[in-house]
Parts: sequence; structure tokens; C-alpha cells
Amino acid sequence: MKIKFNRSTIIFLVVAIALILIVEVLYRIRPGGAPLLNEFWYTLLRKGGVIAMVAIGLNLIYGFNGQFSLGQWGFYGMGAYAAADVTFRWTQMHTANGLTILFCVLLFIGLSMYGVSVLVKRVRGLDPLSAFALYLIGVFISAYLGVLVGGALAGPVTSLLSALPGALAKQIVFFIAILLAGGVTADVSYLIGLPVLTLGSDYFGIATLGFTMIVKVLLDNSDTILGFQEMKGARGMISIPYMSSWLWIGFFLLVIVVATRNLLNSSHGRALISVREDELAAKAMGIDVTAQKLLTFVIGSLFAGIAGGLYAHIDGFLHPSTFNFIKSFDPMIIVVFGGLGSISGTVVASFGWILVLEGVLRNVLPSGFESWRYVVYPILLLLMMLLRPSGLLGGFEFPFIKAVLPSLKHKPSTPPTPDTKTAAGD
Amino acid sequence: MNDHADILTITQLGKDFGGLHAVRNFDLTIPPKGLYGLIGPNGAGKTTVFNLITGLYQLTTGSIRFKDQEIVGLQPFEITQMGIARTFQNIRLFPNLSVLDNVRIAYHAHAGYSMRDSVMRTSRFFAKEAELTERAQEFLGVFNLQDRQGVVARNLPYGEQRRLEIARALAAEPDLLLLDEPAAGMNPRETTALMDLIHFIHDRFELTILLIEHQMQVVMGVCERITVMDFGEVIARGTPQEIQSNERVIEAYLGRGAAALSEKLSEKRSYATGS
Amino acid sequence: MNTPSLPLVKRIVQERWIGKGLLLLLMVGTLFYIGAKAVQSPQLFFQQLLNGLQLGFVYALIALGYTMIYGIVKLINFAHGDVFMVGAFVSYYAVSRFRLHLWLGSIIPNAPEALVLVIGTLTVMILSMIVCAVMAVTIERIAYKPLRNAPRISALITAIGVSFFLEYFGALPFVFTANYITYQSPFKVITWYINKGIHMMEPGTQVPPGSITFSSMFIIILVVSILLMAGLQFIVKRTKLGKAMRAVSYDKPTARLMGIKVDSIISYTFAIGASLAGAAGILYAIAYGQVSFIMGILPGLKAFVAAVLGGIGSIPGALVGALILGQVETMSSGYISTPMRDAIVFSVLILVLLVRPTGIFGEPEREKA
Repeated sequence: MKIKFNRSTIIFLVVAIALILIVEVLYRIRPGGAPLLNEFWYTLLRKGGVIAMVAIGLNLIYGFNGQFSLGQWGFYGMGAYAAADVTFRWTQMHTANGLTILFCVLLFIGLSMYGVSVLVKRVRGLDPLSAFALYLIGVFISAYLGVLVGGALAGPVTSLLSALPGALAKQIVFFIAILLAGGVTADVSYLIGLPVLTLGSDYFGIATLGFTMIVKVLLDNSDTILGFQEMKGARGMISIPYMSSWLWIGFFLLVIVVATRNLLNSSHGRALISVREDELAAKAMGIDVTAQKLLTFVIGSLFAGIAGGLYAHIDGFLHPSTFNFIKSFDPMIIVVFGGLGSISGTVVASFGWILVLEGVLRNVLPSGFESWRYVVYPILLLLMMLLRPSGLLGGFEFPFIKAVLPSLKHKPSTPPTPDTKTAAGD
Repeated sequence: MNDHADILTITQLGKDFGGLHAVRNFDLTIPPKGLYGLIGPNGAGKTTVFNLITGLYQLTTGSIRFKDQEIVGLQPFEITQMGIARTFQNIRLFPNLSVLDNVRIAYHAHAGYSMRDSVMRTSRFFAKEAELTERAQEFLGVFNLQDRQGVVARNLPYGEQRRLEIARALAAEPDLLLLDEPAAGMNPRETTALMDLIHFIHDRFELTILLIEHQMQVVMGVCERITVMDFGEVIARGTPQEIQSNERVIEAYLGRGAAALSEKLSEKRSYATGS
Repeated sequence: MNTPSLPLVKRIVQERWIGKGLLLLLMVGTLFYIGAKAVQSPQLFFQQLLNGLQLGFVYALIALGYTMIYGIVKLINFAHGDVFMVGAFVSYYAVSRFRLHLWLGSIIPNAPEALVLVIGTLTVMILSMIVCAVMAVTIERIAYKPLRNAPRISALITAIGVSFFLEYFGALPFVFTANYITYQSPFKVITWYINKGIHMMEPGTQVPPGSITFSSMFIIILVVSILLMAGLQFIVKRTKLGKAMRAVSYDKPTARLMGIKVDSIISYTFAIGASLAGAAGILYAIAYGQVSFIMGILPGLKAFVAAVLGGIGSIPGALVGALILGQVETMSSGYISTPMRDAIVFSVLILVLLVRPTGIFGEPEREKA
């Protein structure tokens, strides 16, 4: 990776790393017993970071690529439970079989999907439904194989990890679990995206909403229908290790922000934005619009999966009600608040959302009125939609963001012309 | 590629929309570096032909061969990558992107770096991106848009938007360029500039061009051969001179300005002799 | 260009047999499964059929609102399910707090009880419908109208906001509270069972095994729904208002040019759709006995799926889609499991979108001419 150290990049990296370290330090330092940053706000910050990842994924899919997806929350839940199961099995059941099985399943599914995609490309004029059927068959076969192979590998890998110091092994398992959570959502989103992205944008939104609802029901029945006893279905999964420190979340958030920014400021970014701008013209310019939409959908959903994995390890327990579809509108609202097509706006809005809604309002409103929070925010939302639909930072993003996160608006190798703001703005 | 083979061969092209025969028995052959025109009254099916060539519509019957390859059934983006580019009747720029970005998108298919390169910011990315940008900027220079490269496309004046759209299509390095009513909405001065532009790009880029146009001044002044359509069928072919005096053509335009047509034709003659 | 070499493979591809084959397999499998179960226990099958019919008609009333609103302003009105909820609550307060359903009895003391109850219930229902209609028109004027020309996402988010607002405002302690409230029916519901003839069920007794039960609500729901839908059909097909509504949904600008007051027509559409949902709310509350501030979410979503299934924008489609969905839900609940029924309902949605996104009565997708 080559980093061009121009001024804006340096400022950005310094500020980001500083924020990550400072918050963690404030939490850990305990002069005279209590930490400088108390548990409540520390957790809120972490949750803000997590939801920022989901929102960035959504902004990529909707703000930049123009596809209205309501599926982020479903992937969020999927990633959460997937990662939680892997670490749970390691810490509570002392086996790495969650790790190995999931890894093998994802690997094989990935390979089979690649294989089928090659096959589909060679066969002309295969309709979406049939292609989807082929993928589905491939997925089932490879998943089965993956379970077998993964199961076989569980023993050796467990021994291997046990040989390491406990804390280190735990962190390794955690890290891999998060990546696997991303892998799960990437595979699933690819599979779902294939047939569904050929539909118009309204129907795509409806289909992804349906997906999110199905995920919720499956999570409710994770112990019965899916057979994962430890997930305890609608009672909620407990005893998940507390691994998501602000360091981890900050790290992943930073990676996601930088990766997104890099992607957008490149030919691939321009291609995916062009799909939003004018699909027909994009096709005429030689861009495979369907492939572009699929790719963006997978990346955005991957972010949601990683976010979910991290989320699961904040509170140490998961409940399916967190992933019910009503809350699936949260990232949508955040993205709109922050301004579609503005990454910085999304990050700011995410933290603002959590800190204000859960933090400030909870403390400010008198105790009997806690339930008023949920009345206040739709009113705020409605007011905003009526008065300022471009989002809080929609119009103002340029000067504000240039001050704080200038590297988002600067491309390294071109003169700093206004073209950079239009690529990511609006 | 055999230099003497025709670059585009359309045979018995037909397109039905439900019961409506939008295009029927359409034949067209264009040699390399040809500058051909496609005219006809509104609703004759001209843009439909363009859409069929570029793969936006599925044809009902017929065959289209480009560079000696059958392109029926290919996806639009594949057809573009094979070497056919087009502009649209209602300008379809990417409105919120800059002028430079609009052109750079045309280079995406052969950008030279992968997504991994973009995200990881490898040296390959920086090199190829710089190369791409330089080429795009040079290209804009050819069309006299280099000073506007940072402007958001939707803020450009109409004439410049047209020019940008043509520039963008050319940036895709096509062998065949389809222009759909490029002179629409232009005043006489802009129209002459457009005619010069078309001649310029025809020579400089060694292109084959197929042009749909209503403004007879442009058609007669620029095209080597013209095909005339009406109600989805070809009703005449020939050189501009032959078309002007063709009775069926005049009949097709009868009642919709046949008088205006001959007036325009005589205008064109006097303009040509006057300038 | 790569074409499959074998002519057989080519035919399989062109005729879309892989996808169709899977679908066929799925349908045949389901039919076999249900058929087997039906033969095994016809009583259960017919019971589910009846239950599904009852549910289907309720969903139909809600789905009609969705489909009409989408047809006319291309908006998926997420708040529609909450209108249903409000209708239920209005009737709840009318019956239990104000005893409105007995008003005739208080005026004419000797009136027969049956008459009083019928008139009273109708009054309550009409009241709910009116309240819902007024509410919907107000919402439309305040929240949706300003965004009519905004990008679709803005209107959608606004609809979501309105939905949240209605729910959480209703959850406040001085409004509907966050509790599940037992609904007090304006009249007593009679249950019958079918077992070698139709018998009325005595309260407190058990039904003999192998019987199919249904209540008077089943009949009432069917009758009321059919009457309301017939009324809607009349309005849409036979009145000037209906003609205007259809015109506006085909082509708004032209309708305006023809002198139609588009804004009023849209308000009327919202009003009609909301009143149907309000009626559905009461019927649902009497039939299923419970109201709560979130009661509108799932039925609303399912009615929406029904509308999509039938072809969103199509009125007969909404009815057909809802009836089918009612059956899918009850059959899944009866034969597979109650928790899975929601997953299956939404899987139906995805399946419809894959196979025929415009729905049963929608026009099949065509290229733009």
C-alpha cells in the first residue's frame, strides 16, 4: 500500500488515530477509582462507531450507487450472531469448531459461487431465476462439504490455538470471527443480490425489507429451526465475551472509512456513482451496471456484517428484537440526516444520533418522559424531511468537512479542483 | 480486421412492441470511415434502430454484424466495449459529476487497475490513474473543454453539454459513433460549429459515423449517404442530392413542412455558396 | 459470443427451465405436502381454510388502501398499518368508555336488543372510518403533499416517520399506553361448530373432536368486507370520482390539464383507503380480541405483501393477493409452525418479486417503447 503523504492525509490520520487512542485511554485511566470516561458514554461511543459502519455501507449502496436497500439491518443481525457463535464456542465450549466450520463453509461457498459465475457467463442469455437456482444448488452442496471438512479440522485447530497464551488466542479468534461475519454477509448478499438487483429500485427495497424480516424470524428460532442451541432463539444469546473495545471498533471504522474513500476516489468509484446518475448512460459507456450494483451491494452489506460482529461483543448478549425491521430504518435515517453521498456526514450523524438520542435526551428529559424520545425523533425526522431534505450536512458538507476530514475531499494525484467535491458530494 | 469489409451490416432488422411494428425490414450497410445519415419524420423508428444496435432493445428479427461479428444478444456494455459508442437525443450526461469525471468514466473499461488496487492504493493505481486523468484532460483539450473540467456537468450551458456528450462518447475509443440528433435545440451558429466538429472528429479519429438528425442543413452538409425511414421501414437511400429530389421522401415529409424542407434545402445551397 | 454448444442445453436455457424447474418442484412439493395432510385430517385442513379466509378478507381491506395510494402517488405508505391500529382503538374507546354502541337503546328504551347492537356497531364502525379518513387526509396534507416532487426516498422516509410517530405517540401513557389491551366487543360473538350438521356452541362447553369451528365474526367479516369492496368498486367504476381517481393514477399532469382537481382526488383516495383500514381495525379487534399500539405493524406489512402479490396498483389484485396470503399464513401456521409463518409470508414476497415482480394482475414487464 502506497500512502501519499500530503497534508490532508496526514491531518486525517493523525486526528483519527488520536481520537481512537484518547478515548480508550480516558476509559482505562482510573485516577482514584472511577475512569475519566465512564462506562455509559464509552459504550455509547462504541455503539456509535458500530452504527457508523452500517450507515457507511448503506450510504455506499444508496447514496453513491442509488440502490435503495433495506437489508443492512438483516446483515447486521446475521453478522452479529455469526461472530458471537464463533467466539462463544471458543470461550464457553472450548472448541474452535465454530471457527473452522464457518471458515470452511464460507470458503467453499465462495469457490462454488465463483465457479457458477464463470459458468453463467459462458452460457448466453440465462435468465436471472435460473442463474439463481444454479447458485443455490452450488451453495447447498458446498455448505454441506464445508461443514464436514470444518468439523474435521476443528480438533487440530483447537489444539493449535490452545497452545497459545489464552488472551492472545481469544483475540485471534475474535478477529477472525469478525472477518468471518463479514464473509457470511458478503456471500449471502451476493446470493440475494443476484436475482433481486435486476428489479427496479422500489421492488429492490421491498425485497431487501422482506429479507430483513426473514432474518429476524430465523434469529427468533435459531435454537429450534436452525439448531443452534447456544443462540437460545427468542430468549437471547448470552455469555458472549466482551471483546469489542473502542480500539477494535475504531480500528475497523478507520479501515472502512479509508477503504470507502479510496474506492470512491477511483475509476471504480466513478463507475458506481455513474450508475446512480444515469443507468442508461452508464451502460452506453461500457459499464456493466448489474455487476456494479452487485459489487456495491456486497461491499455495503459486508460492512454491516462486520459492524454486527463487533456489536455482539459490546454488551455480551444478543437479542433478536434488536434486529427487528423497525430499527432497520435507523441507518437509513442517519444516512439521510448526514447527507446522502457524504461519508463524513454519515460518520458525524451516526455518532450524533447515538450520543444525542441515547445519551443526551435520556439524561435531559425527565425520567417519566423517556418514552418521549421515540416521539421526538420522528418529529425531528419529519421536520427535517420537510425543511431540509438534502440532509443536515448535505449542502454544508464541503467547508465543514474540509476542515475536519479533508482527505475525503482530496484526490492525491489531481489538482484540487472542485471536481473532487462533486464526486462524493450531493 | 479486413479493411475492405463493411463495419456495420444490418440485415432485415425488425422490432415489435406488442402489436406495433416499430421497425421492419431494415437494412443498412456502412463501410469503414463512412459518414452516414438516418432521417425520417418523427416516430419513424430511427432512435429505435440505434437502441437495437446498442443492445438496449432486444430485436424481434434480423441480424446486426459489427466488425464481422454478430452482436445481437450482447449486453449494451459489451457492445460499447467492442467499439460502438452513442449519444442520446435528450442529453444524458452524469449531471452531478464534473466534466472531467464524465470523460474519465469512459476509460473505466480499460482503466488498467483492479478494485484491489484502488482500495489498497498501490503504486499501480497511482500510475494508471494519473495516466488516465492525463489522457482525459488532453481529450478535453481537443474539444476545448479543458478549462471547464471542474464544472459540474449540469451547470454547463447547453452547447457545451452537447459537446461534452460527444467528447465522452469518443473517449470510449469507438470505431463506430452513433449520434442521435446532436443539433437538437441549437441555433444556426451552433449548428455550423457542430458540423465542423463532426467533420473534425471524423477525420481526426478515423471514425465511422451514423447520424440521426432533423436539421437538413446538417444532414445534407455532412453525410455521404443517407437512409430515409418512415413508419419503421426504409423508403429511400442515396446521396444527399438523390434524397433531396426523391419523391417518396418529400411525400413522407408532406404536410409536416415539405415546403420548409425545400426552403431549408435552398437555404443550405445559398449558405454554402454564400460562406 | 459464446453460445452453448448442445442444442438441448440451449433449449433448456432459453426456455428458462432451470429456474422454472425449481419453482415447479417447490410448488408441487408444497401441494403434495398439504394434500397429504388434508387427506390425513380434513377437519384441520378446512379449519385452516376458514381461518385463512377470515384473515384474508381483513388483509384485503388493508391491502386496498396500500394499492390505491401506491397507484395514485407511487408512495408505499408505511403508515397505513397504523391507521388500522387507530381505527381499532377508536372503536375500543367508543365501546368501552362511551358505550356508543348502545346509543339507540338509550333513546328508544323498548328497541329490540339485536337492532340496537347492529345500529350501534355500525355507528362505531362508521365513526372509526371517519376518524381514520380525517387523520389520513391530514397526514397527507402535512407530510406527504410537500414532498410530492421530491425524490422517492424522502417521501418513503417521511412515511416511515409518520408510522413511528403514530406508534410511539400511541404508546404514551395518556394515549393508548404501551399495553396489550383486551378488546371489549360491542356484541357477543357466537361460535358454531360443524360436526354432522351445524350446531351452535354453548359457552363453557367443549367442541366435539373433529369439528370445524367458526364464529359469527367470520360471517360478519365476510359480509362487511364484501359490501365495502363492492362499494369501492362502485365508486371506482361508476362515479365521476372514481373516473378521476383512475385518470390521476394513469397520468397526473394530463389529468390536471383536463380540469381535475388532482389534490382533492388524492385526498379522497387517502380517505377511502384509510376508512377501509379503519373498518378492518374494528373487525380484527372483535375477531382477535386484543389491541395494542403495535398491532398495525405486522398486519400492515403482510397486507403490503398481499398488494405486491396481487399487483400493486391493482384493486382486484389486492383482494386476490390478500386472500392467497391469508391462506399461506394460516396454512403455514397450522402445518409448519406459528413462528415460521411470518418467514414464509415474506419468502412469498421474495418469490413473487423473483418470478413476476409486477404481481398477478400487474402488467408483465416490458421494455419502454
